[in-house]
Amino acid sequence: MSDAISILIVDDEPVARSRLRELLADLAPDFPHRIVGEAANAPEALSQIEAAQPQIVLLDVQMPGMTGIELARHISARSAASETPKPMPLVIFVTAFEEFAVEAFEVRAIDYLLKPVRAQRLLEALRRAVTRLPSDQIQAIDQLARATNTRRRHLSVHERGRVILVPLEQVIYLKAELKYITVRTREREYLIEESLTALEDEFVDRFVRIHRNALVARPAIAGFERVTPTGEDDAGDPYWQVVLRDIPERLPVSRRQWSTVKNLVG
Amino acid sequence: MQPASQPTSSQAPADGGEPGSAAAKARRISDGAAAPVLPDCCNIGITLRILLPLNLAGGLLALAMGTGWADLGRRLLEIGAVLEPVALVSLVALCGMRKTVNGKPVRVQWLVGLAVPAGLTLLVCLMIGRLLVPDLAPQAFAWWVAARCLIAVALAALTIEFFRLRALSLSPSLAEARLQALQARIRPHFLFNSLNTVLGLMRADPRRAESTLENLADLFRVFMRDTRALVPLDEEVVTCQQYLAIEQLRLGDRLRVKWDTDQMQGDALLPALLLQPLVENAVHHGIEPRSEPGEITIIVSRPGERVRVEILNPAEEQQPVRPGNQMALSNIRERLLLLYDMEAELKTSEENGQFRLLLELPYRKERRRRDVRRHFDPDR
Repeated sequence: MSDAISILIVDDEPVARSRLRELLADLAPDFPHRIVGEAANAPEALSQIEAAQPQIVLLDVQMPGMTGIELARHISARSAASETPKPMPLVIFVTAFEEFAVEAFEVRAIDYLLKPVRAQRLLEALRRAVTRLPSDQIQAIDQLARATNTRRRHLSVHERGRVILVPLEQVIYLKAELKYITVRTREREYLIEESLTALEDEFVDRFVRIHRNALVARPAIAGFERVTPTGEDDAGDPYWQVVLRDIPERLPVSRRQWSTVKNLVG
Repeated sequence: MQPASQPTSSQAPADGGEPGSAAAKARRISDGAAAPVLPDCCNIGITLRILLPLNLAGGLLALAMGTGWADLGRRLLEIGAVLEPVALVSLVALCGMRKTVNGKPVRVQWLVGLAVPAGLTLLVCLMIGRLLVPDLAPQAFAWWVAARCLIAVALAALTIEFFRLRALSLSPSLAEARLQALQARIRPHFLFNSLNTVLGLMRADPRRAESTLENLADLFRVFMRDTRALVPLDEEVVTCQQYLAIEQLRLGDRLRVKWDTDQMQGDALLPALLLQPLVENAVHHGIEPRSEPGEITIIVSRPGERVRVEILNPAEEQQPVRPGNQMALSNIRERLLLLYDMEAELKTSEENGQFRLLLELPYRKERRRRDVRRHFDPDR
């Protein structure tokens, strides 16, 4: 039990999942493993990864709602940011689409299998997967996502064993606080474990950095306001604040970012 | 070819030469859009072929207008003095503009092809007109100039159209290649997904795996057929059902299908593989991107002398995940244009989260019933 590699199967098609299960059963003598779960879509997969901590994920690329590549980004973004190294599951993509940016997979840190999958090929992929370093794979998935122009359309929030997908267009700002990032939507706040810099790189089209610790969605910016702090010992110089469209809260703009931010509103 | 479908050649007489004329039409329409409208005026052979008939026409016109040898000379001079410079300079100008004009929309190409000779005619007439016809009143002179500009436009149009048709008649394989490419585009995903499904069923449900392979074999026989061949509607419907049976296994509960073929005229002829790609499109865009179950409704009816197919599927919520397949609909639209010109109609609309596709074709009847499988039993 302890040295058997744990595997999660993610595919939206039941028949495709059972095929992988059969193949894995055939390979059991050569590759001791246990299947810790099956998922038919991305949120299910994320919850199962959280709950069962599989070492390997067999991940279908074409799935409704969220593609396998986008899902892989969620997995890697989460592992990349956490300070206590979370076991990053190793991803093996499974796809029927040969033209699906095969060159993007050339990075050897991730592997892909073409449907219909052969047992021998699956065995090779599994054996190779366990020798890989998670850090290489995180990079490789980022590269793959860039090459296929895949951006996440949601942020995945893990909350009491559940996975919530927050659509990106609902996010008003992202603010780094200690080891978490606060994701603010109109309704509420969520906490995610990712790096603000990585988020800024990924969603550069949508968010602008206003402070060392904050990114604001451009469409959410209603305007700016100049504030003069009135403290007891007449502290500080005047500074600018972002006025947000849907929430009364204001966020300070750092002096360093002001020069870039002010260009946003002519 | 499968025994059920006869060679294409034998279908032409059965249908009064329809496929042949459709193909001829196909050529004209499809290539006109892609090939340049204007002839290659830099090509010496082509310029000669333009100048020679023009001069001949000018000579004959002079002959027709003249009343004797002396008059003929005067007429020739009057026509030639305008015709020659305009023709030569037009050719040189169009040769020079060739590269810039060729990529432009068809309308622009035509406009340039007509405007250059017309403009030059106006210019030449205004420059030397007074020398040729010194004693015309101002109004008559205006008439004289306008008539020549009009003739220039007409001759340019004739020339352009002649060369366009000539180029098309010389490249008959182009349209066929295009049709083949159009039908080949959607297949590979389907093949590999289906094979994967069959492999997945092999151990647990060998019988179902068997029938799926049979369906797949039938489908690919149809896929490899010449799509200009006409098939009866009920045969095409069986193809769609076989296709849907395979997708049903793959997608499980997510795919629900409702057929309404009570009003269907099964003997109506239509090009092979016209409906199946539409159904495939409905599955790709309406069902596959959704996690929840969705229903595809297919209604086949015959209002008057038309065949109508209506396909309803849930509309896509977000941008398509598989960009290559947005092409499917425009491919089919193009095929309809190639095969039916204006007689067929394909309309799509979206309301209340439903995507609705309406296809109407002229009703053409099958003359000879053939021994084909016209009924599909999903449990077979």
